[in-house]
Amino acid sequence: MLIDHPLLGPRDASEFIYMGDAKLLNRPNWKSQNSKTKFLDYGYLRKNPAGVHKELWYHEQGDRSWLLVTRNTVTHEILKVELARDTKGK
Amino acid sequence: MKYSGFKVLWEGLKGNTGWKPLWRKPDPKKNYDIIIVGGGGHGLATAYYLAEKFKITNIAVVEKGWLGSGNIGRNTTIIRSNYLLPQNQPFYEFSLKLWENLEQELNYNSMVSQRGVLNIFHSDSQRDAFVRRGNAMLMSGADASLLGVDALKKLVPFLDFQNSRFPIKGGLWQPRGGTVRHDAVAWGYAKEADSRGVDIIENCEVTNFLIKNGRCYGVETTKGVIKSKKVGVCVAGSSSQVMGKIGINLPIESHVLQAFVSEGLKPVIPGVITFGAGHFYVSQSNKGGLVFGGDIDGYNSYAQRGNLPVIEDVCEGGVALMPMIGRARLLRTWGGIMDMSMDGSPIIDKTKIRNLYFNGGWCYGGFKATPASGFCYAHLLATDKPHNDAKDFLFNRFERGRLIDEKGQGNQPNLH
Repeated sequence: MLIDHPLLGPRDASEFIYMGDAKLLNRPNWKSQNSKTKFLDYGYLRKNPAGVHKELWYHEQGDRSWLLVTRNTVTHEILKVELARDTKGK
Repeated sequence: MKYSGFKVLWEGLKGNTGWKPLWRKPDPKKNYDIIIVGGGGHGLATAYYLAEKFKITNIAVVEKGWLGSGNIGRNTTIIRSNYLLPQNQPFYEFSLKLWENLEQELNYNSMVSQRGVLNIFHSDSQRDAFVRRGNAMLMSGADASLLGVDALKKLVPFLDFQNSRFPIKGGLWQPRGGTVRHDAVAWGYAKEADSRGVDIIENCEVTNFLIKNGRCYGVETTKGVIKSKKVGVCVAGSSSQVMGKIGINLPIESHVLQAFVSEGLKPVIPGVITFGAGHFYVSQSNKGGLVFGGDIDGYNSYAQRGNLPVIEDVCEGGVALMPMIGRARLLRTWGGIMDMSMDGSPIIDKTKIRNLYFNGGWCYGGFKATPASGFCYAHLLATDKPHNDAKDFLFNRFERGRLIDEKGQGNQPNLH
């Protein structure tokens, strides 16, 4: 797989470390109501779709940026690549 | 149908005209006591043990594709019980004991071959870790012994003992481990479940669950509505897809794991060998092909095919362990979809919907677990209580912080 890095252009996926579901960007507030349930959901539960999936890749062998990659888990087609820092909180 | 040596001879004389299909192709009835979703190894084993041990025979196994079309036909066929944690090891030893009697019990030649599993270690600290693991195995009633370099040189002389990066210091040896003809496991369980009255319904995909007041009372399928008192889901890599139909998110990611077979070679590898400095394991099939594998690709996938970097990584591990493998030509590679759980251990439990049960999260270790998984799931479905050897494989271990994490990697499924 080639990941089209927004700054560096197309890079081989083996330069990256895969961190999984992009929901990890949205860490719950520990002071919120039901924070125990929210952290269970945050830490352990996944939608795990067969199809379009938003996920985090870390460019360890490159510029060490975190990327938010939109990828199809059935075809391995990469649909969109963004810098995670540009998308956080959106 | 009963198999025997006499029958093989007799059919040989008759031109093999008397063999019959091993299971029927029934249409689904309107009502069952139990529906098993998923006609793979675990689902068929569950149906067999429900019928044989718990005397429940009004069962349907519904399968999306053909029988055994998933991971039971796509794995590297290894059986072993060399785990460390007390929640895991007794379960896998129970499974190995069931493997040892499987062929007699099912009257079917599944070629259970206890040719031994050897885990190589490469440093003093790794030796200490393997001694600890071996002791955990002995405490569960399994067999284990520590082999030094001299013993290894007799057993597997072709290893690269003097490898400058990863010199071989010895190995943890489980003689009772080995390999099994994987498809024949599915066929044997199907044959015996069918002969006890279990309906195996192929090409029948579950499209939804019938739920009323928090209770499950059947499934909607591509062959119509089927009702039942209980429903047991057992679909490995498709777990999240099936449970997602009723909005249940699981502590599971689906990942692709590749496996490899070389061209057929003369007998050279005596058992199963695993590399201790990377992820590589190898055995030799009865046809002579070297069957080997390594890490999962590491990203969510439902593609049943992987990518080249992992193929390179696995082959590098192979060459580091036994340089002669570099001369073998790779014949086939394929991928299967693993239900990778958040702590690397499985789940056999009730769900929050009454009468709906779940079995999954086997990561890439599901094949060796097939008999015990079926037995323990049958126990749960029949009695509503977890089997003693599977009593920790529960959903609530994640919220209680009681993870069963053999490798200590935390909630990162691609590292288990």
